[in-house]
Formats: sequence, C-alpha cells, structure tokens
Amino acid sequence: MMASIAKLSLWAGYLLVLLALPQFFDSILSISIFNQMAIAIIFALSYNMLLGQGGMLSFGHAVYFGLGGFLAVHTLILIENGSVYFSIIFIPLVGGIFGLLAAIFIGSFSTRKAGTVFAMISLGIGELIAASSLIFVSFFGGEAGVSGDRTFGPLFFGVDFAQDLEIYYLAAIWVFIATVFMYLFTQTPAGRMANAVRDNPERAEFIGYSARRVRFISFCASGLFAGIAGGLFALNYEFITEENLNAATSGRVLLMAYIGGLGYFIGPIIGAVVLTLMNSLLSNYSELWLLYLGVLFLLTVMFLPRGFAGLIMMHQVAWLRGTLRRLALPYLITGIPAFIFILASIAMIELSHTDGEVFHYLGVSLERGSSIDWMLIGGIAIAAFLATRKSLQQLKDAWEDANTLPGDEDS
Amino acid sequence: MIKIKLFSKFNSLLICTLLCLGNISQAQEPVRIAFMDPLSGTFASIGTSGLKQIQFAADYLFNSRGGILGGRMIEIVPLDNKQSPTETQLQFRRAVSEGLQIIFQGNSSAVANTLSTTISRFNRRNPGKEVLQINYSAVDPILTEDNCSFWHFRFDAHAVMKLNVLTDYIAMNKDIKSMYIIGQDYSFGHVVADTAIRLLNEKRPDIEIVGSEFHPIGQVKDFTPYVTKIVSSGADAVITGNYGADMVSLARSIIDSGLDIPIYTFYAAYDGITATLGIDGKDRIHLIHNETSNPIPTERRKEYIRAFKARNPNNDVTQPRLANALSMVVAAMEKASSTDPYDIAIALEDMRFTTLGGEEIWMRGEDHQIFQSLHVSVHTDEGIEFDADNSGFGLRSIYHVPAEETIVETSCQMRRPRR
Amino acid sequence: MLEVFIFATLNGLVTGLLLFMLASGLTLIFSMMGVLNFAHASFYMLGAYFAYSISLTMGFWLGLIFAPLIVGVLGAMVERYGLRRVHKSGHVAELVFTFGAAFLIEESIQFFWGPATKNYRSPDILDFPLFTLFGQEFSAYRGFMIFISMAIFIVLFRVLTHSRIGIIIQAAITHPHTVANLGHNVPLIFMGVFGVGTALAGLAGVIAGPVLTTFPGMAAVLGSIVFVIVVIGGLGSLAGAFIASLLIGLLQSYAIASSVGMPDLLDLLGVSFEADHPLNDLWTVTLPQIAPILPFLLLVLVLIFRPTGLLGKREE
Repeated sequence: MMASIAKLSLWAGYLLVLLALPQFFDSILSISIFNQMAIAIIFALSYNMLLGQGGMLSFGHAVYFGLGGFLAVHTLILIENGSVYFSIIFIPLVGGIFGLLAAIFIGSFSTRKAGTVFAMISLGIGELIAASSLIFVSFFGGEAGVSGDRTFGPLFFGVDFAQDLEIYYLAAIWVFIATVFMYLFTQTPAGRMANAVRDNPERAEFIGYSARRVRFISFCASGLFAGIAGGLFALNYEFITEENLNAATSGRVLLMAYIGGLGYFIGPIIGAVVLTLMNSLLSNYSELWLLYLGVLFLLTVMFLPRGFAGLIMMHQVAWLRGTLRRLALPYLITGIPAFIFILASIAMIELSHTDGEVFHYLGVSLERGSSIDWMLIGGIAIAAFLATRKSLQQLKDAWEDANTLPGDEDS
Repeated sequence: MIKIKLFSKFNSLLICTLLCLGNISQAQEPVRIAFMDPLSGTFASIGTSGLKQIQFAADYLFNSRGGILGGRMIEIVPLDNKQSPTETQLQFRRAVSEGLQIIFQGNSSAVANTLSTTISRFNRRNPGKEVLQINYSAVDPILTEDNCSFWHFRFDAHAVMKLNVLTDYIAMNKDIKSMYIIGQDYSFGHVVADTAIRLLNEKRPDIEIVGSEFHPIGQVKDFTPYVTKIVSSGADAVITGNYGADMVSLARSIIDSGLDIPIYTFYAAYDGITATLGIDGKDRIHLIHNETSNPIPTERRKEYIRAFKARNPNNDVTQPRLANALSMVVAAMEKASSTDPYDIAIALEDMRFTTLGGEEIWMRGEDHQIFQSLHVSVHTDEGIEFDADNSGFGLRSIYHVPAEETIVETSCQMRRPRR
Repeated sequence: MLEVFIFATLNGLVTGLLLFMLASGLTLIFSMMGVLNFAHASFYMLGAYFAYSISLTMGFWLGLIFAPLIVGVLGAMVERYGLRRVHKSGHVAELVFTFGAAFLIEESIQFFWGPATKNYRSPDILDFPLFTLFGQEFSAYRGFMIFISMAIFIVLFRVLTHSRIGIIIQAAITHPHTVANLGHNVPLIFMGVFGVGTALAGLAGVIAGPVLTTFPGMAAVLGSIVFVIVVIGGLGSLAGAFIASLLIGLLQSYAIASSVGMPDLLDLLGVSFEADHPLNDLWTVTLPQIAPILPFLLLVLVLIFRPTGLLGKREE
C-alpha cells in the first residue's frame, strides 16, 4: 500500500513538474527547448522499449518517428483544406497509428531474428526509406519537406494553438500519457516476456512463448510511440523533412537512450533532457561544440556504461544507509581540480582555434601568439590533472567506506 | 600575457575609435542583426566565411564610422542552423527569444523556404513582433514568385535570371552543338535542369540536349560512372548547379577522364574549391554570378577587399552581396529612422542603391527581388588581381549583362500586412 | 553502347575493389570481435588526411607508406585503450563506442584540417592516360588503384590461409575461447587485427583521397555501404566480402550507366498514368536515380531470404 502511494505521488510529481515548468522559464526559447524535450522523451522511451527492454538494436528507429510525422503534417494540410474536421489535439495519435502500421509491416519480417540480423535489417530499411524520401517528392516534399498550419482546426476550449506555449501544454499531457502507458507496458506479461526473450530466447521458447511474437509485439508498441513523438514534432514545428527519418536522427535517439541509461525506465528521459539541453545551449558558446559532445559521449560510454541513470542509482545504497554525506567532501576534492582541468583544456582548444589574436575566456584575455599564455594554461591543466589523479584514491576509499556495511569492513 | 578583464591591442584600438568618433555611442544600445547559417558540421566552411564577411562589412562600413541611426553600433549575432531545416526552426525561436528582428540567411534554398514559411506564420500570429528575412544567397525562384512574402527580401539573382544570362553566353558559342545537364536531385537541381533546357531550346534550337541526369545530393562516392555517360553522349559542354563536395568531385572526374569541354557552374569557386581545381580547371570552369571578381571596377571595392584580407588572410570576399544587403538594410533604417521590420521593409521596396563597385542596384517592390548586373567568369590564373583560397587562381569576368537586361517577370501575388 | 559497358565495368571494378579494402578489415574485426566498427570509414578518412599532409612536404609515395601505418597505430590504440575497456559492458556498448569514435574523428578532422575540401593530388608520375578507348581516357592512377587493391587481396588471402598467424586468426574468428585455451594471447590478436584492419582502411583512404575528393564528409558517404558488404558477403568470410564488394561496385556502376527506368517498364507493359497521378514520382523514377539505394535494397532482401549472407556459415 505504502509503495503504491509512493509510486502514485511520484507520477503526480512528474505531471506537476511537466505542467509547472513554463511558470519558471517562460521565454520563447525555453518553451521551444521544452517542446523539443517532450518530443525527445517520448522518442527515447520508445527506443528503449526496443533496445533496453527487448534487446533489439535498431539503426532505423527514426523511420517510425518520421513516417508518423509526415502523416501528421499531411493531416494538418487536410484540416487546413477543410477535407477533414477534428481537433489537432489528436494529431499525435494520427502519427502514432501510422507509426504502428509501418511497424506492423516492417516488423513482420524484421523481427524474425534478433541480434545482428535485426540490426542490419533496421539499418537497410532506414537507409532505403530515407533515400526514397528524397525521390518521392510529392509525399515527402524533397529537401524542404512538407509544411502545414496547425491553427485551422476547430478551437479546443477557445485555444487555437497559435503559440508554442499552448503546444507545450498539449505536449506535456501527451508526454505524461505516453510515459504512463510505456511504463504500464513494462508491467504487462508482454513487457515482462520481452525482458525474458532479450536475456534468453531459448528458455522463453521452452516455456511456450514464441520469441518472434514477443519481439514483434514490443516492436509494434515501440513504433506506435515513436509515431506519437513524430506527430508531436509535426504539431510543434508545423513541418517535417527527410532529415527527421534519416540515419542521423536514428543515431541521436540511440545516443539519448544510451547516455541516459538503457537499464532503467527513467534513463532515456534523463538522456533526452541532457542531450536536448546540450544541443540547444552548447552550440551558442562555441563552434566546436560537436567536438566537446563527441568527447563527452566517448567518456560516458567508457566510464559510465550504465549511463547517467546508472550513475545516480549507484548512490542508492549510500542513500539508504545515510552515508551519502561522507562522499560530499571527497567529491569536492576530486571535482574541483577536475573542473579546472576541463576549463583549462577547453581554453587551449579554443585558443588554438580562434581566428583573432586574442581570445576572451572567463573574463581573461588570452593571446594566441604569446608562449607565456600557452605555458600558463598548459601548466594549470597539468597541475589540475595531477591533482585530480591524486585525489582519486581518496575518493575510492570514501566510496567503499560509504557503501560497505560496518560488519563487512574486516572481511 | 594574461591580462585580467582588459583589452589587448586590437580591442583597445577598436574601443578608441568608437569613443573618439561618437561620445553618444556609449549610451545607445546596438542594432542587433542575426546571421543564421551553418557554422558547424559539413557545410561550416561556407557559413563561417559568410559570418566573417558580414562582421567585417558591419565594422568597416558602419561601426568604425560612428555607427548608424545617430551613433548606434551594429552587432551581428551568429546563429548556427547547421544547414538543417529543423535546426533552423530552433534557431528562429532563439532569435525571437532574444528580440532579434532581422535575420540574414543564405545557404540552401530548402532552409530559406522553411524559414520564409515560419516567419510568415509567426508574423501573422504575433503582430508587433515581426521578423524580417534577408536572403543573401538562396536562389530558388519560388521565393520571389509563387511563395513570395512581404517579409522576405532576396539580394541575389535567382536561378532563372542567372540561367538566362548563362544560356545567352552559351548561345554565342557556335562550337557548342550539344549539352549535358547534371545536378543534385533536389528542388534547385531540378529548376536548373528544367530552365536550362527550356532556355536553350528557345535561344539555340540546334543545340541538342544529349543528357539530363540527377544524382542524390552528397551521396555519390565517385562521379566517374556519370562522366562515362557524359563522354559517350558526345556533349560539347556541361551545365551543373552542384555545390560543395559534389561540385569538386564532379569537376575532378570530368578532368580525369580527359574530357576537354567547358563546365558551366553556379558555385565552383572559393572555400577550398578554387584551390582544389587549380591548374586542371583553368579556362574550363565557368561561373555565373553577380559582382565581378577580376577586374574590380572601383578603387573603393579594391580597398574593401584588401582591408578584409588584412583582417582575414585565409578567407575571401566570396559574397559581395552581403555588404550590399547590409548597406541597403541600413539605408532603409536611416530612411525610415526606425529599426522596425515593417518600416524597413517599406523603405527597402523599390530602393535604388549604389554599391562599392559603383553600380546602381534595384530592389523591386513587387516581389522583393534585387536586380544588378550579372557576369560570367572563368577560372584562371591570368589577369587575376584578387585570387581565391590564396591559390593564385581566381575568377576573371568575361561576359557582362547590365541590370536592366536581367529583369524577368514575376508571378508573385504578395499579401501585404495592414498597418 | 559497348564503350559505356566497358567503362561501367572498369568503374565498378575500381569502386568495388576500393570497397573491398575497407570491407576486408571490417569483416575481420566484425567476425572476430563481434564489433560493428562504425568508425571504420573514419579511419579511411584519416588515411586520406594524413597522406595529404605528408604529401605536402614529402610527396605522395611516402604518404602511401606512412599514412596507413599511422592510422594502424591509432586504430590499435583505440582498441587497446577504448574498445577493450568497453568490452565488458557488452556488444551494444562497443558499438556505441565506435559510433562515438566516428563522430569524434570527423569533428577532430574539422578541428585540425578545417572544413574545406583539400587539394590532395595523385602523383605526377601517374598523371597520364593508361589507355584511351572510344575517346575516353582511363587514367593510370585508376589502374594503380586496381593494382594496389588486387595486391592487398592476394597478400591477405595468402597470409590468412597459409601462415601460422593467419590460421590462428581464422581459428579465433570461429572459436575464440578454444584459441585462448590453447595459450594464444587473444587480446593481442584482437589488437593486431584491429590495427591491421584500420591500416587497410587508411590505405584505402590514401589511394582514394585524390580521386574521390578529400573532405570531412568522405567517411559518411562510404560508412554504411561497407556494413552492407560485410553482411551481404557473410560474416567472417573474406571471399564473401570480396564477392559482395565487386557485386555492389558493379551493380551501382551499371545502374548509373543504364538509362532505363519506370517509364520504360510501363511502356513495355502498355500501362500509362496521368502526370498528376499521386504516385507520379514512382512512375517516373529511373534506375540511375535510385542507384545509391540499391545496396540497401539488396541488403534487406539478402537478410530476409538468406540471413547468413552469401558465403557466411554462422548467424551471429
């Protein structure tokens, strides 16, 4: 009973955060970022249904997102022409249904096998559809894509959805609904069996489940939610292009889910939020932001194999035991020099890349031609690096201290 | 040395100029203009080069001379859209969020189209917060024809105007009896192919179109199979609208096959392309563009280019129309004494303006299309005063058409906002 | 028509053999370590850029020798300090790692060499037409490309089938645990294979750079095609990769050279559609237009009807 109350309040909190966000950040830019996040969250969660829960690695998940989005935009155009008449709040569902249909068709042959065969079929299908989208211009609109106006549908309680903020509230509701349903899916027998088939398909077959059927069901559900995300995209931007169903988009959703943490339901949500933020904020500060993103990504894969969610969950034991406080100081001791090292490294990278003679950085003017400047930053970087390395042992000890039970220490 | 929080030589020089020239300038807020083009990713070289050019134009033409509108500085705000329509939407929202109301954008007609649609929608829904699109380079005719918008101004000749001149030039060459057209499989590539075929049929019915081919954009590893078809078709010349790596690879493959025929292009120069083509492309690669590259007609333009090269030794003034566009927008602001997009738009309509090159150009009010002289140039190292990519090679203009003769009709039915 | 056919065959051969140089390394890595190395084409690009920089001061031929070596060492280091670390987190982690490495390499190239195309040229000594047929030249450099890739194929095949190390590698592909139990240092073999594989990719970049243009997008253009080849050929089969490379090279080349399309097919069937038919794009599509997507079509068909690939023996 207590557990279910805790769970319910968690969901209520989630909804509250979603709805309250615009109260704190109300600029057009932040609303736009929130909308992106909402779309990314559904998309990344739907991807996790495949990879995290079903063990199916897909390189073409954007196909369902994109096809759903294209159908949604075409529906907007139909509404604008007066051919059909319904409120645009259901547009994401239109996208979802089409994503589902596409998944039923493609899944009928691609889910026969898991592993590499599935991965390569998804890659092939993804490339095929992305390339066809540039050839079949009347439906996909070529490079410029297709565009539809979202304000022509019947008013929804007096709202015409002309402003992004109105779309945000709609998106927030859809995110909530989609998250709830995707969570419930993990609790259904089909969702549980997906895990079983992922871990041991043979055993699942022995107890009477067709592994292929289980994969197929997960695949279709995943296509449905990807389509919903695509429909939301269409509503938010009022247009869609081939780049929304190509390999780059498929790759991005893989990154989101992976960085966030595949093993946890909440992982893709974290990944979606972090990557969207980086994508929209980092690019303001440096032309080299993709370079930093690449480094961050590689470091995450190497040192945080279970993603950000895994990093948070690592602290569960210490949290439950109330020893989290013991970690604070060691974290600081390692964190500060590590942070200085990162700042100094960035300074060197930017300085070597700047066009002018001078580079302004954190209130300091650095001269490109001055070897003293170079030696100074280089020295700071090396010193900070050594300090970080030195403090690591201390951090390790503190970690063990915080995570071992008092009785275990001697053993 | 590291100096905390203060200025080095260059900056202090700039600050001094500003202080000396206008005491009021300190107090006034700058006029902020967005520059939205690819600044990272595959197409970054073109975008960053454009950013340097507009920044230089703003500093050299206005900021160092006391600013505009009685002492306000121009501040260029770079927005990186990675040449992606989706990213353009995000950056547009950023621009609006930061109160930017004038957006310069040039690369990719697909981006220009989505931006124009987005801006029209936004302006209709948010009266009083309008945004103006200054298109300095996207040449899909539709932007000033069927899809024309009151909030969009184009400062480059569109594809049909350019092809008109290019086919005139080709028509004069009696040696050309057959033509091959190859292009990227997207809207601009198709416009080039369709228009070139139509115009050549009108002007020189005896020229046979021996082939018209589209290839997927940015996906061709090796152009040799395409060149094989060109060779076997026996074409005397090639027209292509390719840009970037697709342009270089195509030209390289044609040259490698030993085919010695002229190649008529839109974008085969600068940003590494001139250097890559080098001696192989000499006297073969032709380009249609506005603003002559060599010889430069006026001393003012020469000074401008030299000053630019002094500040950006690794870049060239590839798009003189950026300076024209900025100057005309500023002139419109001065004329209307306002930075409101609606006032600027009204003032820009039918404006005539004399460029640094000493030429009078005209912004047609009917469809917001600029008219200026067009030139066919050839890739060479002879008679080049201002080369490209520091390679010794550059463009020499060999055929000129004055602005009056480039005027074409438009199908634009502009919807004008009421004020 | 004959000339088009002959040149299409030659072009297909050049592309196919080039693809094989990439695919050979990839298939070894893939079948041995189970890693779909997404960064493989990035090493190809690195090869072209290193060779370009070397050729500026020391000429093309030294670049031909040193650039693949540098790339191979880099590759081995990526395996040793990156992939091996990630290995324990599973195949998905490894794959995501190479995905990130590909991304980082492309960005690093833009950082060090800039985004513009590079003027990387073939050596003057090969700057003559090897032969002229029907008025079209076939450059000596292309002949040289064919020669190098054939030589690589023969050497690789000899080494794998006739040398001791080759036999250990072959064994490690199918039975890695047995090989380890026999006392061989499997991690070292992995590192070596990864290094050699990436060096081959680098070599492909060195010889392809001058003809296919050296620019930061050159890896992306080839990237997924190489996977297609490895899978179509069959995992672990060098011969399969060879056949698949030539097949895809020729297929694309013939498709581009052809001038048939849906209109011809419809004519043949006596069917016609109005120009405003909703599927008009489909009715007017031509074979050259869809040439680049044919490999993917082939991939999907092969995987549906023969999941082991053409010459593959095992499925995973």
